[in-house]
Amino acid sequence: MSTTDFSSSWQPSASLETLKQRSLLLRRIRQFFETRSVMEVDTPHWSRFGVTDVHLENLRITDGGFLLTSPEYPMKRLLAAGSGDIFQLGHVFRRDESGPRHNLEFTMLEWYRVGWDDERLMVEVAELCRSVADEPELAVETVSYREAFERSGLPDPHRAEVALLRACVGKQLNTEAGDWSRDECLDALMALVVEPGLPGDRLVFVTRYPASQAALARHEVVDGVTVGRRFEVYWRGMELANGYWELTDPAEQARRFEADRARRRELGLAEPEVDPNLLAAMEAGLPECAGVALGVDRLLMIALGASDISEVLPFDASRA
Amino acid sequence: MATYSTNEFRGGLKVLLEGDPCTIVENEFVKPGKGQAFNRVKLKNLKTGRVWERTFKSGESIEAADVLDISMEYLYSDGEFWHFMKTDGSFEQLPADEAAVGETKDWLKEQEQYEVTLFNGTPISVSPPNHIELEIVETDPGVKGDTATGGSKPATLSTGAVVKVPLFISEGEVIKVDTRTREYISRAKQ
Repeated sequence: MSTTDFSSSWQPSASLETLKQRSLLLRRIRQFFETRSVMEVDTPHWSRFGVTDVHLENLRITDGGFLLTSPEYPMKRLLAAGSGDIFQLGHVFRRDESGPRHNLEFTMLEWYRVGWDDERLMVEVAELCRSVADEPELAVETVSYREAFERSGLPDPHRAEVALLRACVGKQLNTEAGDWSRDECLDALMALVVEPGLPGDRLVFVTRYPASQAALARHEVVDGVTVGRRFEVYWRGMELANGYWELTDPAEQARRFEADRARRRELGLAEPEVDPNLLAAMEAGLPECAGVALGVDRLLMIALGASDISEVLPFDASRA
Repeated sequence: MATYSTNEFRGGLKVLLEGDPCTIVENEFVKPGKGQAFNRVKLKNLKTGRVWERTFKSGESIEAADVLDISMEYLYSDGEFWHFMKTDGSFEQLPADEAAVGETKDWLKEQEQYEVTLFNGTPISVSPPNHIELEIVETDPGVKGDTATGGSKPATLSTGAVVKVPLFISEGEVIKVDTRTREYISRAKQ
């Protein structure tokens, strides 16, 4: 950036007081897991393989390989190797993500509980938030993805025809969505209509996502509709964490990765190779487990009432 | 035709939406962690001044609008059009219609310079300078010496605009007016 004024950009984007709060938060997170005997791991941030998620773009290294968008695959390989419960506090990278709530590089807390399902893990997510944000009275509310849509006056997201969803986007967001896919409509309505209407004074868990939006989670049939055992956590209007009752079936996982690759091909996006180490680990046996990834910078934003992620980062992407 | 992708969106960018030239006022990046990214954009229609809100899928492109702000000198009105001349030495003249001139009509003075917004070479809006000096053509007689009481009276300017002036100002005087607030500032310096 030729316009950068280095005489000010060398300075931190967060205040030193905020950086002390950040240090405290990281310490509390580690203490939380230490008292629960969850082992800290630090897997590589770089990998020879990227992700096939349709809406995540790895940063590619010109010397080869990728910076990871999450530590999920290496952590699952540790689980398959018999690690037991593990957590990781690490930096992850997502290309093209920049805004008041997004920074190209951010800090993710990811953890896995062996033998647990998503419901049990949700309880622990709430306990963690109460503990590390020092809000012991923080209330919790759980709604299904479908209920969340219906509360916002939107149709059943699983059953509505795509034409109706496009009409909702048109009406609610003033946007011509005639060629949008079903998931594009659902994402827009979720992010721009449902999410702003969620109560901010409590942790809201949104559960039972459309199966098409839960490639790494178990699927189940509820009332004739296949949904993913995925949950998202919202607090003060911000998406904070995403968790799964993890899929352990390697054949099904390989099929879903290929479906993602096919969709990426349709969209003209790069098609990263599926990570063969993950599939091999799943073949060897990924134990039944639940896992969740939580945005640590956003948690700090919430705790401190910050409105821009740069306020809680030592150096945001424009200064890095 | 030039286009802009959502990742080039920023305040002030001129784009074409539904055939009308717009300027981007606000651009917000919204992305569910695992989902499609969107740009929530506020755009001001440069023809009507109305602000639109639109959502784009990140990565989409929209057409650039050929919009140019230039300084032009006001010449005259023929009743239907207001004629302006370029000050770049070309002396090229362009007519602006009533929609383009809008409220600036109240501040049009010959030989004064205005910022004219051109869309595909045609004026679509005209902005006056912040301050302009105009002659009072009609007002109640001045009250001599009364510079302190703070009272005011309406005065009609040579352009037809009516502004409030202090009581001591008389017909025939030239005053300086703020075109944004329509407020009297001072007597013009001789």
